[in-house]
Amino acid sequence: MTIANFIFYLVSSMILVFGVLTISTRQLFRSAIYLLFSLINVAALFFLMDNEFLAAVQVVVYVGGIIVLILFSLFLTQQAGLKLPLPGLGRSMMAGLLSFFGFVLLFSLLLAASPEADENSFSAITMKEIGFGLLNFGKNGYVLPFEVVSILLLAAMIGAIAIAFKTKKE
Amino acid sequence: MISVPVTHILFVSFALFFIGAYGFFTRRNMITMLMAVELMLNAVNINFIAFNRYLYPGQLEGLFFSIFIITIAAAEAAVAIAIIINIYRRFKTIDSDDIDSLKF
Amino acid sequence: MEGYSYIIWILILPLLTFLVTGLGSRKISPTLAGIIGTTSMGICALLSIYTAGSYFGYYSNGVYPSLKVFDLPWLSFTENLSIHLGMVLDPISVMMLVVVTLVSFMVHLYSIGYLHGESRGGVYFSYLSLFSFSMLGLVVSTNLFQMYIFWELVGVSSFLLIGYYFTKPSAVAASKKAFIVTRFADFGFLVGILIMGYVGGSFEFDAIISRLTNPESPEFLTATGAGFLGISLLTWSLVLIFMGGAGKSAMFPLHIWLPDAMEGPTPVSALIHAATMVVAGVFLVARLFPVFFQVPVALDLVAWVGALSALFAAIIACTQTDIKRILAYSTMSQIGYMMFGLGVSGMGEAGLGYMGSMFHLFTHAMFKALLFLGAGAVIHYVHSNEVSDMGALRKKMPVTGLLFLLACLSISGIPPFSGFFSKEEILTAALMKNPVVYGIGLFTAGLTAFYMFRLYYLIFWHNKPYHDKPSPLPRKKEAPLTMMVPMILLGFATLVSGFFPFNNFVTSDGKPLEITFHADLSAIAIGVSLTGIALASVFYLRPGPWPDKIATALGGFFTTVYRKFYIDEIYTLVAKKFIIGTVSPVANWFDRNVVDGLMNFTGTVMGVFSDSIKVWQSGKIHGYLLWFFAGSMIVLILMFIL
Repeated sequence: MTIANFIFYLVSSMILVFGVLTISTRQLFRSAIYLLFSLINVAALFFLMDNEFLAAVQVVVYVGGIIVLILFSLFLTQQAGLKLPLPGLGRSMMAGLLSFFGFVLLFSLLLAASPEADENSFSAITMKEIGFGLLNFGKNGYVLPFEVVSILLLAAMIGAIAIAFKTKKE
Repeated sequence: MISVPVTHILFVSFALFFIGAYGFFTRRNMITMLMAVELMLNAVNINFIAFNRYLYPGQLEGLFFSIFIITIAAAEAAVAIAIIINIYRRFKTIDSDDIDSLKF
Repeated sequence: MEGYSYIIWILILPLLTFLVTGLGSRKISPTLAGIIGTTSMGICALLSIYTAGSYFGYYSNGVYPSLKVFDLPWLSFTENLSIHLGMVLDPISVMMLVVVTLVSFMVHLYSIGYLHGESRGGVYFSYLSLFSFSMLGLVVSTNLFQMYIFWELVGVSSFLLIGYYFTKPSAVAASKKAFIVTRFADFGFLVGILIMGYVGGSFEFDAIISRLTNPESPEFLTATGAGFLGISLLTWSLVLIFMGGAGKSAMFPLHIWLPDAMEGPTPVSALIHAATMVVAGVFLVARLFPVFFQVPVALDLVAWVGALSALFAAIIACTQTDIKRILAYSTMSQIGYMMFGLGVSGMGEAGLGYMGSMFHLFTHAMFKALLFLGAGAVIHYVHSNEVSDMGALRKKMPVTGLLFLLACLSISGIPPFSGFFSKEEILTAALMKNPVVYGIGLFTAGLTAFYMFRLYYLIFWHNKPYHDKPSPLPRKKEAPLTMMVPMILLGFATLVSGFFPFNNFVTSDGKPLEITFHADLSAIAIGVSLTGIALASVFYLRPGPWPDKIATALGGFFTTVYRKFYIDEIYTLVAKKFIIGTVSPVANWFDRNVVDGLMNFTGTVMGVFSDSIKVWQSGKIHGYLLWFFAGSMIVLILMFIL
């Protein structure tokens, strides 16, 4: 086992542990922080899989953006220190069963398919390639989805402002 | 760099997805539901990147899909939080079980 | 063939006029609508005459072909069965184009004066254009189905125009009656079309005629072989198609709507119920004449129905007192002439009856339109339809009187007016084929002369009437110029159209027909007509006791005739006893219990079902979520299994 592989298992277990904590803690702010840790570890996983760019994007967007947004909305809607109510037994049973069987089903599907993969295949992706791919309109070019997504972001921004805008009471 | 079997990475991805799903089912607070959704989206991203790296090295499709997913997740979070704030203004709560006016 | 493509405008112009005057009837004044309609019909008439000139001129030395100027597939059901829309030019359609556009033009022009000052004139002119469009479409149809479409369209426009004075209950009743009776006949027509399309394998006239007149073709063998009730399918289809034609042409016993249809404005009666629409039945039989000729039974039926209708209507016409009803029965009688002319005709060299029938159609359109327009001028002046309110009008309206006399002479068959020539040919053809029909025709000719001159004398001579009426008639004498001009033009047509060499143009096989003039037969016919005129002069030139005495002497027979042989009463009785008494209660029960019950049952079941599942729509997001997730898992498992 190489050091890199050891780090992978470490990071993976951190992702899962913090994920479980995120959804199980009864204190909202802790939940947000656990989510933050989990997402940082996902970024580390991307880094381990030779995707430095995506790792950077993950940190910037999730950690710098979404988590902060969630924390702010928590401040707006929640009183500090208030514990979340426990979910009902029936519902947790039902959800647990569904999730467990879903997991078993999907994973057995995966094992049945047993993808042929070379563990040591390695090809570094350079920023130049990503830039060309993203703004290329020929074969394997992604400029159209890129533009569509940029419009979507603009629309989401305007929409979020419009929805959250405080209307005067009549 | 790493040389673990692809199934190990996919195990992490699947497990994270169903952890998110479980949270989505059980949590009643809308913001924690949103956080559970973020977990599921991240699981999908891991999935894409793993397949891209192991099965189609040298290509960029998985990467681009992940980038678009992250972008859409950001948009989704922004709009969702705007909606949640609006709901809070109206109902004075963000507990999804208490917001059931839209029924027969 | 491309040379005739301009004839599409003969259809488009009236349609455009209908849309413009119909949609803008509130915006544009009635006079303007009339001018638009008259102009467009005038252009159509010029185009039709030009078409006729070039068509008959170009093929003058040979056989007149049937040209399909347009033929576009409209509905394609299968490879072999499709419905086309097209325009065909052959001798009878060209002739009908000229007749319809000319008379329609005259009537449009006349209506400007006749309807002067009516607020709904725009609507009237749009209906008139709709009728012209439909009638023109009917005569140029290339197939039975297209003809049926336009056939119903003329029925609708006739309905609208009869009911034009919709505030008069009698007009409303008359329009309903006309529509229902012709619709009932058209049911037979439709069934006939379907049978003919089935046995002929096509709806196209040329295909049907070429297949069903060739005794070796498989279609002919199927059509004449298989049968229903011992009568071959071909005969059934022809009889049913003739039923449609008889309904439209007011043949006995489907004639009851035509006299009542006189409730419409008089120019409408001139156009629709005298010159054009009512001859559609004759046109239909003429169009399918080669097929009718293959089935002697059907042809005999046409002859007998025509002859009996001619006689029947002439007898009734002698007793009526409403000026327009007399003309209506006269129309029915003359159409009977055309019908039996076709019925006694042969093909090719023996096609004198066919040619005479078409000739009579042409001349009748002219002089009967003139009669109606003249009657309209009189009604316009006297403001009454009853002959008892008229009399001695020859001094007040000399020109109208002269034109009316001219038309009466023509319809009575006095040479040299047009009616003489056409009637003469029909009677000659009848004598060659069937002496009984000839006798009926001859007697009817005498009756025609009698009742037409009775009408003429009662209107224009007969000095008795309105001197004792409280309000004297207005000073104004002749009708306005817009009404006089069409009448004078039609009078001119009545004078000259008899000398038209019709036998060179419109014949059963497209080849010119040699006709010989039989001086002896003409002498008999003229003698009979003159007798009728003389009798009328004795009775009606001056007021006298004779008419009443004869009526009293005839007693019950006169009453029967006066009440139109009680045909209307019989229909009413059948309708009341059978339909309202027997069929309606059953239909009512079925409708209320079975049809409504089925609907209510469905509604109740849906209501109960919805009530039971509505609790699922709880508003709880988590409930929806679990179901959604479980469902997607099931789909996944199914995909995995399959």
